Amino acid sequence: MKIHEYQGKQIFAKYGVPIPKGIPAFTVDEADAAAKSLIAETGNQVTVVKAQIHAGGRGKGGGVKVAKTAADAREHAKAILGMQLITPQTGPKGTKVKRLYIEQGLDIARELYLAMLVDRDSRRIAVIASTEGGMEIEKVAEEHPEKILKVLIEPTIGMAGYQARELAFALGLGKAEVPKFVKLLTTAYEAFTKEDMSLLEINPLVVLKNGDVVALDAKINFDDNAEFRHTEWLNLIDEGEEDPVELEAKRTGLSYVSLDGNIGCLVNGAGLAMSTMDVIKLEGAEPANFLDVGGGANEEQVKKAFSMILQSPKVKGIFVNIFGGIMRCDVIANGIVAAAKGLDIKVPIVVRLEGTNVELGKKILSDSGLKITPADTISDGAKKIVAAVKAG
Amino acid sequence: MAILVNKDTRVVFQGITGQTGAFHARGCNAYGTKVVAGVTPGRGGEEIDLGARPEKPGDKAPEGGPGVKVPVFNTVKESVEKAGANASCIFVPPPGAADAILEAFDAGIELVICITEGVPVMDMIRVRRVLEQRRAAGEKVRLVGPNCPGVITPGECKIGIMPGHIHKPGNIGVVSRSGTLTYEAVGQLTRLGIGQSTCVGIGGDPVNGTDFIDVLELFAKDEQTKGIILIGEIGGGAEERAAEWIKKNLKKPVAAFIAGASAPPGKRMGHAGAIISGGKGTAEAKFKALEAAGVKISRSPATMAETLATML
Repeated sequence: MKIHEYQGKQIFAKYGVPIPKGIPAFTVDEADAAAKSLIAETGNQVTVVKAQIHAGGRGKGGGVKVAKTAADAREHAKAILGMQLITPQTGPKGTKVKRLYIEQGLDIARELYLAMLVDRDSRRIAVIASTEGGMEIEKVAEEHPEKILKVLIEPTIGMAGYQARELAFALGLGKAEVPKFVKLLTTAYEAFTKEDMSLLEINPLVVLKNGDVVALDAKINFDDNAEFRHTEWLNLIDEGEEDPVELEAKRTGLSYVSLDGNIGCLVNGAGLAMSTMDVIKLEGAEPANFLDVGGGANEEQVKKAFSMILQSPKVKGIFVNIFGGIMRCDVIANGIVAAAKGLDIKVPIVVRLEGTNVELGKKILSDSGLKITPADTISDGAKKIVAAVKAG
Repeated sequence: MAILVNKDTRVVFQGITGQTGAFHARGCNAYGTKVVAGVTPGRGGEEIDLGARPEKPGDKAPEGGPGVKVPVFNTVKESVEKAGANASCIFVPPPGAADAILEAFDAGIELVICITEGVPVMDMIRVRRVLEQRRAAGEKVRLVGPNCPGVITPGECKIGIMPGHIHKPGNIGVVSRSGTLTYEAVGQLTRLGIGQSTCVGIGGDPVNGTDFIDVLELFAKDEQTKGIILIGEIGGGAEERAAEWIKKNLKKPVAAFIAGASAPPGKRMGHAGAIISGGKGTAEAKFKALEAAGVKISRSPATMAETLATML
């Protein structure tokens, strides 16, 4: 789960990670008021108007503007709010900006990079830092791997002082700045672990001319698995940023990802669902979605899943691929029949069932009168659906 | 000989009184697995009827025969002391799963298999650290999973949620990050008349207890295992590390498939660990690494068994 920069900074503030003063705004008037209030509070005329969307690279797309006066800030807010912001991470269509964050202007001396993430190779949390702040870190890693600093955190100890200092000195921080950096790192690590983050990225982390070390950005992803102990996450979801079908699927307990092709897939198990997409591609077509109904789906969930695929206008054919272990084939069959009932289905459907109660499942489908092509294996099914869609 | 589990393995089910736990404890028992106890804190003293168990694992359970009754304990330690459990199968829901794993470690269980899906990664980082410390101190303990289908040695012992009847005793080892895709591979092998020594699902989470290499090491030493199918997924670098290890250490034939060649970057494909991030963890990179290690690649999930068969 992703959240906005301003929400991330509210979490930072809770843990004592130093951030600039800032105020979220949903309208131009609110942005105007926010800028004026920041100017009054700081005595500095400069503010920054920042588009709040989940994708990175906002500055490159024109979503971050420095304002020299309150009037400037209003103009920038007017321009950014409602714009279709295109960044390297949004895709060509971009994302509509519905929220802004107005922040105080700062006198920046240096821009650094800081991130924390789950390092799968070492099974630890890794802290990544670099002197190359404000740059795309993947690019830095590729071109100047020596500029990427990394320490692994011992989970039973947490962020050790010496590790934070090691990074601070390697980043070339001065004597007065080192303790400030150590404090920022320690509080950020506490936020990371307590809030069940899977990624925390501060790019840039800035050193101010007065020596303060401040998180100028906040990109936070949460570990979806920890949702049960964070009821507050519900309030952080921005539904406008989510794919509506994916959101609906999540509420039904299904795992769904929208894709660009035209063959809808309904599969049990993540690995088999991915492979089903792969085999469709090998047959020369493109999948319309990833959909894992899971191991323990009931008839209602299967029905929901099937109607979700049916309702997508881009879907020109459906491939149901089930290897029932725990998932019983008759449950799948009943769900499909229930979803198809009363609907005028125009697209071809291929169903491959295997595993528990397979005979019963096949009988339910053939008795239903639905036009369904049965398949014996995963490749047989893929061949049949691709041929049917191409013929149609 | 097979690996990890055999006909002498004695299994305790943690979370046996839950719906899923009870269902699969019955399923394993019906396969012939020696299920000896269950654990649910606060339900100690109860007894659970798991239904009939066949004389020989893998055979059909006798109909209408007497059911196997197992005791429920409050703690895993009791199940070890009083019922002689030496393996555990965990169905405890995510909030208590890490605790359940640690309890099994502490009770001296040597093989802990966690089926639970959705354990927070922060919990697993700590569990993994404890596991490493225990193993470094010389304990034999192993954790398989979480978010995995379990382990089966066909004809001897099934611990997990896989459909037992698709398996056939034989000499191919299967190791996989995916559940249903493992069944797919096993189904293909059995259809070709090729049996399996042991099938291990290591799970789809970013931090887990047993890695490809751990299982490959065991298969390498196992006389029964003559060939291996390795099934990976996009995300992380476990397949690449396995490839390195295979190149240096493994003489047995290996066929591999990686799921997710068609997956878009930055999207989590069901499994928490199945995500391409920062250009890393693509199927193509994994295929390449494995190919360089002499592993034969099945580009399609439909030809995993065929691909291995050509190497035998």
